[in-house]
Amino acid sequence: MSRAETAVRTPSPLWTFGLLRSELATTFRRWRTLALLGVLAAVPVLVGVAVRIETGDGSSPAHGGGGDGPAFIAQITNNGLFLVFTALAATLPFFLPMAVGVIAGDAIAGEANTGTLRYLLVAPAGRTRLLLAKYATTMVFCLVATLVVAVSALTVGALLFPLGDLTTISGTRIGFAEGLGRALLIALVVAASLTGLAALGLFVSTLTNSGIAAMATTVGLLITVQILDQIPQLHAIQPYLFSHYWLSFADLMREPVHWDGLVKNLQLQTLYAAVFGSAAWARFTAKDITA
Amino acid sequence: MDEGNDGVIRTRGLTKRYRGGQLAVDGLDLTVPAGSVFGFLGPNGSGKTTTIRMLMGLIEPTSGTARVLGHAMPRSSRAVLPRVGALIEGPALYGYLTGRDNLLRYDAADSTADPRTRRARVAAALDRVGLTAAAGKKAKAYSLGMKQRLGLAAALLQPRRLLVLDEPTNGLDPQGMREIRSLIRELACDGTTVFLSSHLLDEIEQVCTHAAVMTQGRLVTQGAVAELAAGARGRLVVTTPDTGEAARVLKEQGVGDLVVGEDRVTGDPPERDLAEVNAALVTAGVRVRGFGLERASLEDAFVALTGEGFDVAG
Ligand SMILES: Nc1ncnc2c1ncn2[C@@H]1O[C@H](COP(=O)(O)OP(=O)(O)O)[C@@H](O)[C@H]1O
Ligand SMILES: [Mg+2]
Repeated sequence: MSRAETAVRTPSPLWTFGLLRSELATTFRRWRTLALLGVLAAVPVLVGVAVRIETGDGSSPAHGGGGDGPAFIAQITNNGLFLVFTALAATLPFFLPMAVGVIAGDAIAGEANTGTLRYLLVAPAGRTRLLLAKYATTMVFCLVATLVVAVSALTVGALLFPLGDLTTISGTRIGFAEGLGRALLIALVVAASLTGLAALGLFVSTLTNSGIAAMATTVGLLITVQILDQIPQLHAIQPYLFSHYWLSFADLMREPVHWDGLVKNLQLQTLYAAVFGSAAWARFTAKDITA
Repeated sequence: MDEGNDGVIRTRGLTKRYRGGQLAVDGLDLTVPAGSVFGFLGPNGSGKTTTIRMLMGLIEPTSGTARVLGHAMPRSSRAVLPRVGALIEGPALYGYLTGRDNLLRYDAADSTADPRTRRARVAAALDRVGLTAAAGKKAKAYSLGMKQRLGLAAALLQPRRLLVLDEPTNGLDPQGMREIRSLIRELACDGTTVFLSSHLLDEIEQVCTHAAVMTQGRLVTQGAVAELAAGARGRLVVTTPDTGEAARVLKEQGVGDLVVGEDRVTGDPPERDLAEVNAALVTAGVRVRGFGLERASLEDAFVALTGEGFDVAG
């Protein structure tokens, strides 16, 4: 018909991933994201230095001890690799999920806030495709954030403490290479632990046009759930709180591994991802975009 | 593609009531012919942006239908929108990205946009709006005019069948307005249909071939600008030092609504041949310096249609 029609485009299916790539590049080049990762990287440094100063006289705390403080902290002086487990145990209750809450809460609401959402949609990004790109990016952030903690901890641990064979919680000894493998596995499990919260944050993000409100709500929910999980009278609902099995990752340090809590954790995360992912989709695909 | 007879945009009974209960658009029947520069005119709050949001699939109509490029919206968004460029309620940019990176991102959002030509198309769009020199600057450092032009560049990343521009000159200085208008004329020359909303009458009159007029969510009229203006008849203007005598003769000749000025008399032209009117003036000894019809403006048409000035509904 007209001139423009002659430029027939036959889009390749691969082009659809351009949005995800753009989303990842935009997120990880953003100053705010880098600041969050910087804070996460600093936690193992603080813990490592504190433990080092605390035990400067060379005395090693009693084996398996530690009534107070994060899990594994007593073992760090024997083996720097334990700093990885300690740092993950220290950041999982709050720092890591808070960072995820910021990224997930801002995902849609932040774009609505600046008005860029309407231009993405008329590009057209497609609502389902945009939501998937946002969720995938948040999941990548969960993984990157966890790895930042783990790698920072491993580096600090190697610099300040000896490395070598390590003793599991069950008292058996495993080689350093296997210990490293378990550390990686634990990092992956910790990252997966955050995917339920990520879906919840994404859903909250579709409810409002204010990025700040969505971030605050998500982080507020996180704190509420963490508190509810501590109240003994609520034990009936606690198995359904997304954070209930988070610290089960420590069971990967048993010999043999206790899978029970780990499996429950992953099931719960899958459930949250399915429920809140669907809710986010239902909400976002039917929503009037007037911002 | 059947938009040839259907119109590039065609709405039937299009209605939007916002959740707050506000009836923003009420039974709109709009037809935008292919190849036109279509002015969508109305005071602030008359429902222009709401209509555009429905056309672009951003909001769901309460009732009625909208077809764009022959397809139903919002259902066919994925098929229609790659061929439509849009500027809606002003530009929106990622302040922390450069102008170029903003365009790269918007282009990546379109899954029908070829990534191999992305950089070249972005560069061409930047060039077209005169932003090549500022392409590497962060968008938050852009002036309003630059942001507006970057928004236009985003609408020009691909060859488009239709451009939807919602008040594209809003907030610009006169120089910026002229630049945008000449860009719109250029684009129209390339055969792109342009749908341009504005609350400025003279803007529509300067660039549009067709126009529709909205007030309070309802369509008052639509058609070719020339016909709309012709609908409001022009004024007969006689320039003469003998205004009193001229007025008497013109009244005899059937000219109504006479207005006598310092050195001219104006009135509604009569049905009869204007040559006879002129002859009668000369015969009566009126010294005629000038005699002619003053073309009606779109503003006259608007006033005639609504019986009110234009900038009323705040
Ligand atoms: N998101 C919204 N929610 C409720 N009412 C709205 C919304 N957007 C616009 N309106 C109302 O709808 C009417 C039409 O607005 P709009 O389409 O923006 O007009 P225009 O673009 O012609 O200035 C106005 O009365 C406005 O207050
Ligand atoms: Mg408007």
